[in-house]
Amino acid sequence: MGAQLRVYKRRIRSVSATKKITKAMEMIAASRVVKAQRKVAASTPYATELTRAVTAVGTGSNTKHPLTTEAENPARAAVLLLTSDRGLAGAFNSNAIKAAEQLTERLERDGKQVETYIVGRRGVAHYNFRERKVAETFTGFTDEPTYADAKKVAAPLIEAIEKETAEGGVDELHIVFTEFVSMMTQTALDARLLPLRLEEVAEQAPKGEILPLYDFEPSAEDVLDALLPRYVESRIYNALLQSAASKHAATRRAMKSATDNAGELINTLSRLANAARQAEITQEISEIVGGASALADATAGSDR
Amino acid sequence: MAAELHVELVAADRQVWSGEATLVVARTTSGDIGVMPGHQPLLGVLESGPVTIRTSDGGTVVAAVHGGFISFADDKLSLLAEIAELSDEIDVQRTERELERAKAEGDAAAERRADVRLRAAAAR
Repeated sequence: MGAQLRVYKRRIRSVSATKKITKAMEMIAASRVVKAQRKVAASTPYATELTRAVTAVGTGSNTKHPLTTEAENPARAAVLLLTSDRGLAGAFNSNAIKAAEQLTERLERDGKQVETYIVGRRGVAHYNFRERKVAETFTGFTDEPTYADAKKVAAPLIEAIEKETAEGGVDELHIVFTEFVSMMTQTALDARLLPLRLEEVAEQAPKGEILPLYDFEPSAEDVLDALLPRYVESRIYNALLQSAASKHAATRRAMKSATDNAGELINTLSRLANAARQAEITQEISEIVGGASALADATAGSDR
Repeated sequence: MAAELHVELVAADRQVWSGEATLVVARTTSGDIGVMPGHQPLLGVLESGPVTIRTSDGGTVVAAVHGGFISFADDKLSLLAEIAELSDEIDVQRTERELERAKAEGDAAAERRADVRLRAAAAR
């Protein structure tokens, strides 16, 4: 076998091995998307009921709460960025990071100081590499977040917002996550979690429903006190789950195109290998023919 | 047919139980409360404690609930809890071990959680 041909054969072998791996990763990601979507669906009843309850207190009483009142001059804002622990997900992480950077820029233009909280090793690595200040990081659970993880993430944020701004607290809390629209579409977006706009919460509740006048136990303030942190946790939990589902969908897509590309590469390489083999055969034939006719010429000459 | 109320017991990550009931007893921060059909709309904060649901077919469902809310309106009752377990989901031996450990470590919150679980398991 000629050297050229051997090189092609070797490359085909290595590309097929890669193709097998990406194909497997694609299938794993596809099954994980389904699982993650199921988790999003399972968390929906809790979120809906909680939203209803918050709306009920918000509209049914005139209580003021630090988590619902806007600061007059917001000076500091916290941004929670949700990325993934692992890469190989196409532009998933860079889109989320880009969205966070745009949001940070916007907030800074408004004269607010931004504290960044990051979930996921990819985001942490991005910020550390650029030596930017990060308030707190959370890693290790982005593939399958649990409610306990969401609580862990929410705790320091709620604490920061309840603290006075002068003592290192924040006035606003923004979240950047990747919304799972469909298997093919995931969009990185930012949303303001706190202070809560009760009108917005009310819009999420089912339309045309007249909320009854509730009797609060022990009191409206206490109920709101207990409800709002849970509401924030549930929102963060939902964002974590959607990010996880989006990440798996992005991985699936990236791995699918990698598999397709590998297939194409194998095709091209096989054609080149075939051409090389044919060229080798042609060369051999012409060598034989050339040799034979040279011999024939030589004998013909001595006969004369 | 006796009046019924529809109960949804949901934990943060799943729906634990749902069905028709005639009476629900839960522990709020200001004491135990019993809800029957036709109760006034109510929104309360739950303490960790057992929740007893008397179902309309005469059975009883007991669940250990750790923190959360009870909300009732239009004969629909929802119990929202961060963690909720039905009594037959509770592993008694494991919980007893947890209780021992919590007592040894002086962890009051864990002790209370284990205690609530055991009581819920005993009530089935």
